[in-house]
Amino acid sequence: MTVTQTKGSAAPPAPPAPPGGRRRPNRHPDNAWAAILLAVPFAGLVIFYLWPLLRTVLLSLSEGTAFTGYTVTGFDNWRQLFEGDDVWRALVNTLVYAAIVLLGVPLAMVIAALLHQKGLRGRSFYRTLYFVPVVTMPVAVAMVWRYIYNGDFGLLNEVLDSVGGPTRAWVADPDTALYAVAVVGIWMALGTNLIILAAGLEAVPETLEEAAMLDGAGPIRRFFSVTVPLLTPSIFLVSVLSVIGSLQMFDLLFIMLGRTNPALADSKTIVYLFYEEAFVRNDRPLGAVIALVTLVVTLAVTAVQFRLQRRWVTYA
Amino acid sequence: MTHVVLMAGALLMVSPFLWQFLTSLKTLGESTRIPLTVLPSSPQWSNYSEFFDVVPVGSMAVNSVLALVLRVVAQLLIASLAAYVFARLRFRFRGPLLACFLVVLMVPPQLFVIPQYEVIRTMGWLNSVQALALPGAFSAFGVFVLYQFMRTLPPELDEAAKIDGANPWQIYLRIILPLCRPALAALTILTSLFSWNDLLWPLIVNTIPDRMTLPVGLATLQGAQGTDYPVLMAGSLLTILPMVLVFVLLQKQFIRGIAMSGIKA
Repeated sequence: MTVTQTKGSAAPPAPPAPPGGRRRPNRHPDNAWAAILLAVPFAGLVIFYLWPLLRTVLLSLSEGTAFTGYTVTGFDNWRQLFEGDDVWRALVNTLVYAAIVLLGVPLAMVIAALLHQKGLRGRSFYRTLYFVPVVTMPVAVAMVWRYIYNGDFGLLNEVLDSVGGPTRAWVADPDTALYAVAVVGIWMALGTNLIILAAGLEAVPETLEEAAMLDGAGPIRRFFSVTVPLLTPSIFLVSVLSVIGSLQMFDLLFIMLGRTNPALADSKTIVYLFYEEAFVRNDRPLGAVIALVTLVVTLAVTAVQFRLQRRWVTYA
Repeated sequence: MTHVVLMAGALLMVSPFLWQFLTSLKTLGESTRIPLTVLPSSPQWSNYSEFFDVVPVGSMAVNSVLALVLRVVAQLLIASLAAYVFARLRFRFRGPLLACFLVVLMVPPQLFVIPQYEVIRTMGWLNSVQALALPGAFSAFGVFVLYQFMRTLPPELDEAAKIDGANPWQIYLRIILPLCRPALAALTILTSLFSWNDLLWPLIVNTIPDRMTLPVGLATLQGAQGTDYPVLMAGSLLTILPMVLVFVLLQKQFIRGIAMSGIKA
């Protein structure tokens, strides 16, 4: 009878006697298997992420085109970028956009608190409606909003006109285009913010709310004195994610402000500028510099948020 | 009072979609006439078929679906393999190698885009499905989510299987992977969402109309006929419909996925 090859089906043979404690225990028993199993994931990581990282740094210091090839020459591209106005304007626009979208966080807190009330009817119905913009394609919704914002026959002007409000070409006017896009940014992010805040609210102990209620605190007082302080870790998480997402904004602007829009020059964000330099004007080295600038800005803004967190976030 | 506020908010959230739907059934004249009419005088369902006439919607939809499937399947395999090795095996250079994966998470995606494009072009893969799916298939984000999940599984599982004579590959395939179903489901949903909705990368690598994805197709459509709003609204409605339907069906998993990773597209 041959020994069956199936592993684990029969009663296992007694394990080999453990080494008598003389030999040093092997701290890396899985070296060979790790090498085999990591081969493909690691190859992909090197080809598509680690090498590109290095390449982007080199490109940012190079001159040339795709045809001539690139040679490292120094910091000329950096100087060229920062001596122009475009990058500064794009940086300011991006930060302004991020700051406006951040205003969506308090809004999400209020709605999350309303949705959290005990015995609220139709909670999942509301959640579904608030969440739909998160799963819809930014390109598609940007087209809808562009039509709504239209200066001549947009829905927004029609509504504002009927109540005597100001009307204008919202996304074709340099004074309002970026703000109009940011409102859509708030609208799109609200659902994500709600979900993370709702998960935080679930973790707030009910007894605290009840104690405050017994002490005679009304709903608004309870919201600010009990709920918000306990929710600060979730609020912090939502704020960090909101800002990082805003710094990446591209789709909404690309669609809502077409290439011929008179407001475009004044409303570009940093990623839009990256796309334009690297792939429309095909200036890859300059594009690489802009990409590195987004890294610096993201790290700086996130670091500031983590520093400020100590002042207002309380961990239970 | 609560319901008044919530209902008003909900109405603001969905009114753009209602407007999109109503406009998609109007004639071009109706969509730009002042004062605006709310309801189309007679529904112009032909706007939907016209969308199919002006751009190769069929092949764009196929491209979007194929890219999504390839990216999701490849990512689940690759990311779960890497996550398993980091979470359950003991080997030399574990820390530094894991750090290589995690560094990628902190870097804005634009830093990779230009060289990724060069790699794809060098391989002769511009305007192909693999061009759309490939960089995203090697997702550090996926590795991270699954790594976090696998670390919570008890180590006794591996030890028991090892005593039964299973090797790491068998432990991965038969024991760890089946237990990761919730995390794999969450990752599938999020990756599908990224893939379906993504604009920047597909816009760069696939520039031939037949090879474009739906978002890029929509963007070009707007460039070509930026003022035919009924057709634009019909087209954009069709492209968001699949994801919205999946969301309504799998709402719980969507919400768990977002809460689990805290990240959206």
